[in-house]
Amino acid sequence: MALTPQDIARVANLARLELRPDETERTLSQINGFFALVEQMEAVNTEGVEPLAHPAAVIGEVALRLREDVASEPNQREASQVSAPAVERGLFLVPKVIE
Amino acid sequence: MSGGLNNTELHDLGVAQLAAKLAAREVSSLEVTQHFLARIRQEQLGAFLATDADVSLAQAKAADTRLAAGERTPLLGVPLAHKDVFVTRDFPTTAGSKMLENYRSPFDATVVSRLGAQGAGMVTLGKLNCDEFAMGSGNDNSAYKPVKNPWDTGRIPGGSSGGSAAAVAARLVPAATGTDTGGSIRQPASLSGITGIKPTYGRCSRYGMVAFASSLDQAGPMARSALDCALLLSSMAGPDPDRDSTSLDLPAIDYAADLLAARPAGGDKPLKGLRIGLPKQFFGTGCAPDVLAAVRGALAEYEKLGATLVDVSLPLTELSIPVYYVIAPAEASSNLSRFDGVRYGHRAAHYTDLDDMYKKSRSEGFGDEATRRIMIGTYVLSHGYYDAYYLKAQKIRRLIAQDFQTAFTQCDIIAGPVSPTVAWKIGEKSDDPVANYRADIYTLSSSLAGLPGMSVPAGFGAGGMPVGLQLIGNYFKEAQLLGAAHQFQLATDWHLRQPPSL
Repeated sequence: MALTPQDIARVANLARLELRPDETERTLSQINGFFALVEQMEAVNTEGVEPLAHPAAVIGEVALRLREDVASEPNQREASQVSAPAVERGLFLVPKVIE
Repeated sequence: MSGGLNNTELHDLGVAQLAAKLAAREVSSLEVTQHFLARIRQEQLGAFLATDADVSLAQAKAADTRLAAGERTPLLGVPLAHKDVFVTRDFPTTAGSKMLENYRSPFDATVVSRLGAQGAGMVTLGKLNCDEFAMGSGNDNSAYKPVKNPWDTGRIPGGSSGGSAAAVAARLVPAATGTDTGGSIRQPASLSGITGIKPTYGRCSRYGMVAFASSLDQAGPMARSALDCALLLSSMAGPDPDRDSTSLDLPAIDYAADLLAARPAGGDKPLKGLRIGLPKQFFGTGCAPDVLAAVRGALAEYEKLGATLVDVSLPLTELSIPVYYVIAPAEASSNLSRFDGVRYGHRAAHYTDLDDMYKKSRSEGFGDEATRRIMIGTYVLSHGYYDAYYLKAQKIRRLIAQDFQTAFTQCDIIAGPVSPTVAWKIGEKSDDPVANYRADIYTLSSSLAGLPGMSVPAGFGAGGMPVGLQLIGNYFKEAQLLGAAHQFQLATDWHLRQPPSL
């Protein structure tokens, strides 16, 4: 099943990407080439097979740990904001979102 | 210069040898660090993205102080460099992307702090080039510059840890860290003629690795020998309970002591009893004859060492390509959604509103391959397609992992090629993503299964380019893999060969 330019536009919007027209065309053909490869998956019988997320779970239960709900990190506000595009008085600046 | 060691020879020494000289106080960490920094300043391969001599020299002096005080730990004062996917407080971190240009992390990755001043006492020489967000097989997806293979500067070094592989091969560093999601340690190690190991998923903490595909990403060492990799892995591995919930609750092992203690009773048959499984799917027509010839030569050497070869089957090998290239982009699209131009990373100069700022910032910041994978990942996770693609792939992933368990009832380790060809020419595959994906065929299945795997120099193929032998172990069997590689390296000298241009 081939994707259409409309699919590409919808997915790009979901991913918050803006593709130039020539990029849309190239992406469409590359992604369709890729999905031709993906179609092989349909032939595999996976009835009753559980999805595998943590690979070591294939040989035994893997418990994902939780930690105590306490602050463990020192306050590093300044170091954390060194790389921020726009900061004022310790706050991250974004374009106005509420009129 | 004390001890009579000629300074020009320092870069010929591996990690274990440098550590011994440092411990014997025949050379100082400062001298070693200055020597490597001088080589790095001259490098033309594009292997480094950042250096800072003041930082490195201060770390070396601190290591010398510890050495002078009598401290003796296995890696104290030995320099290395980190793949630019590991965040570092003292060096910029870009993950090979314009998105993170000038980014400075407020903390060190767990692997970095374990190897560094707070831990093993290694000295950081800088940050190594890689494919953008570790997405690539040729290091030609770096947003900054491609990396050249020191064996032939017209060719790629492999990827995504291409800077790490090239730097080790060119003797710019004695060792480097790498990350492996679908082969990104093993494949560049193979294509650049060095040794590298990807441990079991969860062995090393992922904390502070710029995330690509969280259920696959794993850190590992890259160096010239299995012994050197063992030394590094001993410090890198181990649980990180508060910071990586997927890290395995298994204590780190002294892998190097295991290797050095190995005094097999078998005499000239040190690997007597070791069963090596050869998956028939790894030895078909898809692999170039020159690569197969080198791999077969290495396997014959293993037989001489006492191992027996058995045929096994991994029937879903071909399927690992679509399964991986659904799962990894799905996880990538989720992980890379954090780059929104607000807290860190690139922000577009011109936009109309918040949504437009997100779109413009992300489109400007991400390169082609990252964009492609975000698109694929978003699509396979989107409403109506999740079951058919993502869930289906996760189910086949379990079948792939089960096939390995079946194979391991017949053998102890699995061997085959790492890559179907030797390193290709720069630019040769740059406009054909699917061709690049297909080249990962021999590394993807063990990544999906989360198994440890390594690449060991095994000879040379077309154009005099290096060929690696891939060894895959069962879960948590890094020591067995490193042992098998170490015995091979005691009997052969492929890992000691160096690029003719050096």
